[in-house]
Amino acid sequence: MPAAFDEMKGHDGDEIRPAYAELGRWLKEVPADVLDYRRREAELIFRRIGITFAVYGEADATERLIPFDVIPRIMSGSEWRLLEKGLTQRVTALNMFIKDVYGAREILKAGVVPEDLVFRNPAFRPEMNGQRVPHDIYVHIAGIDIIRVDADTFYVLEDNARTPSGVSYMLENREIMMRLFPELFSRHRIAPVENYPDELLRSLKSVAPLSTPREPTVVLLTPGVFNSAYYEHSFLADKLGVELVEGRDLFVKDEIVYMRTTQGPQRVDVIYRRVDDDFIDPLTFRPDSILGVPGLMSAYTAGNVTLANAVGTGIADDKAVYSFMPAIVKFYLGEEPLLKNVPTWRCREEEHLKYVLDHLPELVVKEVHGSGGYGMLIGPTASKIAIEQFRAKLKADPTNFIAQPTLALSTSPTCVEEGVAPRHVDLRPFVLTGRNGVKIVPGGLTRVAMKKGSLVVNSSQGGGTKDTWVLDG
Amino acid sequence: MLSRTADNLYWLSRYVERAEYLARILDTTQRLSALPLAYVGSSNEWESAVLTAGCATGFFKLYDEANEENVTDYLAFSTANSSSIRSCFEAARHNARAVRTALTMEMWDAINGTWLELKRYGNGPTSREEMSRFLRWVQESSLRYDGSAYRTMLRSDAYWFSRLGVYMERADNTARILDIKYHLLLPDNERVGGPLDYFQWSAILRSVSALTAYHWVYRDSLKPWLVADLLILKDELPRSLSSCYEAIVRNLDQISGAYGRQGPAQRQARGLRTRLQNSKMDGIFQRGLHEFISEFITENTRLGGAITEQFLI
Amino acid sequence: MPGTRPGMTVHNRTPCGKIRNSLMRIRISHATSYRYETPPKSVTQVLRLTPRNHDGQFVINWRVEVSQDCQLHQHEGAFGNISHVFNAEGPFDELTVTVAGEVDTQDTHGIVAGCVERFPPALFLRESSLTQPDPAIIEFAQATRADAGKDTLTLLHALMMGLNAEMTFDIEPTQVETTAAEAFKLKRGVCQDGTHIFIAAARHLGVPTRYVSGHFYREDDGAAQDAGHAWAEAYVDKLGWVGFDPTNGISPTAAHVRVAVGLDYLGAAPVRGTRYGGGGETLKVTINVDQANWQSQSQSQS
Repeated sequence: MPAAFDEMKGHDGDEIRPAYAELGRWLKEVPADVLDYRRREAELIFRRIGITFAVYGEADATERLIPFDVIPRIMSGSEWRLLEKGLTQRVTALNMFIKDVYGAREILKAGVVPEDLVFRNPAFRPEMNGQRVPHDIYVHIAGIDIIRVDADTFYVLEDNARTPSGVSYMLENREIMMRLFPELFSRHRIAPVENYPDELLRSLKSVAPLSTPREPTVVLLTPGVFNSAYYEHSFLADKLGVELVEGRDLFVKDEIVYMRTTQGPQRVDVIYRRVDDDFIDPLTFRPDSILGVPGLMSAYTAGNVTLANAVGTGIADDKAVYSFMPAIVKFYLGEEPLLKNVPTWRCREEEHLKYVLDHLPELVVKEVHGSGGYGMLIGPTASKIAIEQFRAKLKADPTNFIAQPTLALSTSPTCVEEGVAPRHVDLRPFVLTGRNGVKIVPGGLTRVAMKKGSLVVNSSQGGGTKDTWVLDG
Repeated sequence: MLSRTADNLYWLSRYVERAEYLARILDTTQRLSALPLAYVGSSNEWESAVLTAGCATGFFKLYDEANEENVTDYLAFSTANSSSIRSCFEAARHNARAVRTALTMEMWDAINGTWLELKRYGNGPTSREEMSRFLRWVQESSLRYDGSAYRTMLRSDAYWFSRLGVYMERADNTARILDIKYHLLLPDNERVGGPLDYFQWSAILRSVSALTAYHWVYRDSLKPWLVADLLILKDELPRSLSSCYEAIVRNLDQISGAYGRQGPAQRQARGLRTRLQNSKMDGIFQRGLHEFISEFITENTRLGGAITEQFLI
Repeated sequence: MPGTRPGMTVHNRTPCGKIRNSLMRIRISHATSYRYETPPKSVTQVLRLTPRNHDGQFVINWRVEVSQDCQLHQHEGAFGNISHVFNAEGPFDELTVTVAGEVDTQDTHGIVAGCVERFPPALFLRESSLTQPDPAIIEFAQATRADAGKDTLTLLHALMMGLNAEMTFDIEPTQVETTAAEAFKLKRGVCQDGTHIFIAAARHLGVPTRYVSGHFYREDDGAAQDAGHAWAEAYVDKLGWVGFDPTNGISPTAAHVRVAVGLDYLGAAPVRGTRYGGGGETLKVTINVDQANWQSQSQSQS
C-alpha cells in the first residue's frame, strides 16, 4: 500500500499546504494541555446535550458518544468547487438512473447495466414501477462518501441514496468548534454550514405533491428512540421546525396521510422518512413491521404524499450498481464523470471472483447491500484466519460481494493520546435535490479512524468525526 | 401538536412528580420510625408507606416483611417496581427523549442530569445519612425540573399538557395519603389528642410539605379535622385536592381556548372542581370521609382516561 | 397507549378436487368476516380480490362490498393486479368484505396469454422471503432436473408431479407466513405451500416463476369452500407463461379463475389488513365456487 497523502503536509511531509497554514501556526502556539482540556470540554458538551448513538449488538452500551476530534479538516475553496461540480453531476445522474429503471428502462435495454442486476436486486422495488414522483426527484438527500488519495484525486467510495445519516454531526461539530475555538475562527474565513436545515426544508417543500392546496406540511418519520440515529432525527426535526413522527402517529384515510394531533387529524404532504423501505408500510412490504404506516403506499401511488427519499432508491446505493456509475453518468449526461469510481470487482462475475479469491490479502471486500462497515474484510490488516473465513463466506454467496483495492485514504492531523498525529479520514457531503436543482452546503461530515493505521472510519467501528472547513477563496 | 408528544409530556411530568412524592413518603416514614414506640404506637410505618405508595401487591410478592430495608429498596431503587423512584426517573427520561424537541434545553438538562446522577447512586445508599441526602436530592431534582418547565417553556399546549400531568399526579398522590390515613383524621379520633396521633398528623402534613403551611393558615395546634380541611379543601395549599383541581381546570381551559373547542375532559374536571368548591368538612365527615376520598380517586382516574381519550391517542 | 397490531388475515384452507371441462361459466362469492371482542378504532385493508380478463378468462360481472361505511379506492398494483384499499372507522363489532361475480373461462392447456404484464419475465427470478430455497429444495430441484433432462416444460411438469406426490395436503401444520423451506421439511401443507416450494425450486433452476392466487371449481366436492386456491406460473421460452398447480398435479383448466399474481403469497394475498385498537379478532371465510349455468341457487352461504 502506498504512503497516504496527508491533507496538511502533502505526500512528502516537509511543507504545510496553504489551506492548513494558519492551523499549523496555531497548533505550534497552543500548549498541548490546552488542546486536551478543550477536547474534554467538547466531550462534556456532547454528553450533556445528549448526542449519542446506539451500537447494534452492544447490550450494555445502548447510548454511546462518537469521539469528536477538535482539529478541523480543511479544504480550500478551489478544492471544494471541484468536488461540488462532481457531486452535482453524480447525484443528477443517480436521479435519472432511478427514474429510468422504474420507467422506460432505457439503460437496461441499451445493455449498459445488466437487467438481472436490477431486477434481482432486493433494493429494487417492483411496487415503484411506473410510479411518477413530483419533479422526477427520487433522491432528495444523498450522502456521497468521498475519499482522497492525493492533491487532485477524489474517489467516490459509496453513494448513500436511501436514508443517509450524519448531518447532525456536521452541524453540531461546527457549533461546538465555534464555542471552543473562537480565536481559530477569527483567523480563518470559513464557509458556513448552519443554513443546511433551511435548505433542506426548502427542498422538501419544493417537492410537495402537485395537488397540495396550501403551504405543505412536512414531517420527519423516525423508527423511534431505539434507532441508532434517533438523536439526529430529533435534532433535525427541531432545526426544521417540523413534527418528529413515528409510524403510529400517522394514518391513512382515503389515500390521504394524516397525523394524530391533540386537535384531531392533520394532513401531511411531505414525509422526510428515516425508516427503510422494508418497514414503511406493512400492507405492502414486510407485514411484521410496526414502524410503518399501514396503507402509506396507497396514498403515495395516488400522488397525495411525497416521500423523501422516494421508495426504491436503494437500487442506486447498491455496491454492484456502484461499479457501473461511470457508465451511468455517461449514459444520461453524455459527460465524463468528474469524480472517480474506485475500481471494483463484482464477485457475481466469474472472472472477477477468481481474481478476488486470488488476491484477498490485498483487497477490501464488502457486501453489496452492507453499510456501516459491518460484514467487510480489509485484506491487508486481516488475520490469515479471518481471510480464510471470509473466503468461505464469499464462495458460498459471491453475488453478495464486491471487492476493491485497498486505497490509501488521506490523513489529517488528529488529537490523540500521544498528541497530534495523522489519522485516515473520509468525507460525506450531503447533497440536496429539490425542484430548483442541486444544493450542497460547503463541507460535510469528516469521519476519522481514531486508531493508528486504521482505515475504518465508521462510527459503529470506533471511528470519530471532525468539523470540516471549506475556506473562502 | 402530536398526540404522542402531548402524551409524553403529560407522563414525563407525572413520573417526576411521582418520584418526588415517593421521596417524601420515605422521608416521613424514616422520621416516624425513628421515634420511640411510645410516641407512634405499634403500627408498622413501613407497611403503611408501601400502602400509601399504592404498590402493596407487588411488594408482598417479593418480600415477606415490610421493614426499612425492604421498603426503601422497593420504593426507591427496585427495577422490579415500575413505580420506584429509579423507575420513575427512567420512565421520565425515556419520555423526555421521545419528545426531545418539545422540551427546552433547561428541561432536558434537568431531566437528563437527574438520570445521569441517578446512576451514581447504584443500588442505593448504604447509610441513613446517605439515604436522607438521596431523598433530598430526589426532591430537589423534581423542583429543578418543575422550575425549569415553569420558567422556560412557551405558554402553549405543550406547557399546558405538561402541567396537567403534574396536577393529575399530585391530586392522585394526596388522595392516596388521605385514603390510607383517613382513620387518623376522623373527628372521633379527637378524643385524646395525645402524642401518638400528634406525630402521625404532623407526618401527614410533612408528606405533602404542609407542616409550616398549617400553622400559617390556621394559627392553631394540630387538629385532625383541620388537617383534613387543609389537604382537601384549601385552595391556598398547592397540594390540596382543591388546589390541584383549580389548576387542572385552568390548564384544560387554556387548551380548550387555544383549540377553540370544548370536550368531555374539561366538562368532567369542571364538575369535580365545583363539587370541591361547594363542599364543607362537616358535610364530608357526615357522608363519610373514606367514601368521599374513594369516590374522588375513582373520579380522578376517570378524568385521566378522558384526557387520554380526547387528546393523547 | 393505543396498540396497532398489524395482523395478516389467516385463511383456512381446504383440499381441491378435479374437473375437466373446456368451457365454463363460474360463479364465485367470497366473504371474509371479522368479529371483534373489543371494537377497533379503525381497520385498513388492501384487497386483491378482483380478477381481470385475459385469453381464456372473461369477467362477466364483479362487485366488491364492505359492510361498514367507507370508500373503496381502486389501484393497479405493480404486477397488474387490481387492488382495493379501504379504511373503515370504528367502533364496530363486525366487518365483512364480500366479493361476488361471474367469470367465463376456457381451457388453454395451461398457457396464460393476454395478461397485463408490467415486467419482463426476468423479474420473476427474484428471491422472496417466502420462497428462498434451502439445501433440501435445491437438492430436490437438481435431482428433478437430472431425471427430466433439458426441456424446460418437461422439467416443470416433473417438478409439479414430484411435489404432488411428495406433499400431503394438511391445513394444520402451516400458516400464511410459513416459508417454502419450512413446508418442504414438513412434507405437509396447503396449496400455498406447494406453490411456494415449486417457485423456489423452479427459480433456483433459472426459470422465472410467479405465484397465482385464485379460485378453483371442484366438481366432486361441492361448491362451498373455506379458502381460495393458489398455483404457480412459470415462463417457458416460445410458450410464454404456463400454469402449474402442484396441489392438483395439473396445469390450470377452465375450472381455475386467476385473480392475482405476485412473487409469493405476500404479493398476491387476497387480503392484507391491519387494525388500530380493538382486539379479540375472529375470522371466518366463506367461499362459494360454482358453475353458473348448472345451479342457480348456489349463493346461499355467503
